[in-house]
Amino acid sequence: MSGLPPVAPPRERGDHGALRPQAPGGIAATAWLSLLRPGDWLVALLALVLVGASFPLLWRGGPAEKAVVKRDGTVVAELPLNITKRIEVAGAMGTSVIEVSPGRARVAADPGPRQYCVKQGWLTQANAVAICAPNHVTLALVGASKSYDSLNY
Amino acid sequence: MTASTIELAVAADDRRVARYAAAAIVLTIAEAAIPSPLPGVKPGLANIVVLIVLLRHGWREAVWVSLLRVVAGSLMIGQFLAPGFFLSLAGTCASLAALAFSVRLPRAWFGPVSLSILAAFAHIAGQVLLARVWLVPHNGVFYLVPVFAASALVFGVVNGLVAAKFINDDTASAP
Repeated sequence: MSGLPPVAPPRERGDHGALRPQAPGGIAATAWLSLLRPGDWLVALLALVLVGASFPLLWRGGPAEKAVVKRDGTVVAELPLNITKRIEVAGAMGTSVIEVSPGRARVAADPGPRQYCVKQGWLTQANAVAICAPNHVTLALVGASKSYDSLNY
Repeated sequence: MTASTIELAVAADDRRVARYAAAAIVLTIAEAAIPSPLPGVKPGLANIVVLIVLLRHGWREAVWVSLLRVVAGSLMIGQFLAPGFFLSLAGTCASLAALAFSVRLPRAWFGPVSLSILAAFAHIAGQVLLARVWLVPHNGVFYLVPVFAASALVFGVVNGLVAAKFINDDTASAP
């Protein structure tokens, strides 16, 4: 920290001189430490705790990591979300087509009459789910940590 | 040349504010030349000047120097009214508010380093909130909070120590 350029504040009339640190850039670490008051340590410690507590934010939920495809509740396929892939899942009515591309996944085709899961389009968030009920097929995105979703919670 | 009919009385504290603001603007420009890995992660060297003004001359003058620094500094680096200017303004307003509160803390316990850390955190809070509301209306902004908070802690401590050094020298040399 002694590498920082020393700030030379404007010299003023009526001031007592010695506006510069006596040895700019050259004071020992102990001299710096003596500038800290007890409360400063407290504030710095609290700030450090805050920084530490905020770090899980970097990885929480948000970006999905893999897509889980199920038929009748049993896992048929687990696809990482860093590749482009198309798989076909045999369901109760016919074949559902699941498509995965980097960071997202969707049901590309489904034999169901109302096409709800297809119309949902691309899923990008962790814990997002597309359910093709008539065909008994579900597609879910899973993040790094398993948090609650709107169906189970 | 006709004498101006408008007389602007320039008081001593006006000159003082101008001098400090000039020093802060120089630091802002110098800092603009430092490459930053992420927009928003900056040392904030000009805040050293604001801290010194706050402790020597009080909050009112610190507000003047700080706002002059933001406006004139952004004019100098061609950022005036650009998004960066508003982010900087939001951060500065938040940290001035934090300073108004924290300067009332008992001085024997909480020195310039405390003020600096609190101001730095208020600064990123103001910036991130404005960014969330206005520039990036998505919660994705908050994923960067840990990075901003860590840099606020580091630069808050460093700037606070430098300001503390100046203030310390003031009192040491006072008769």
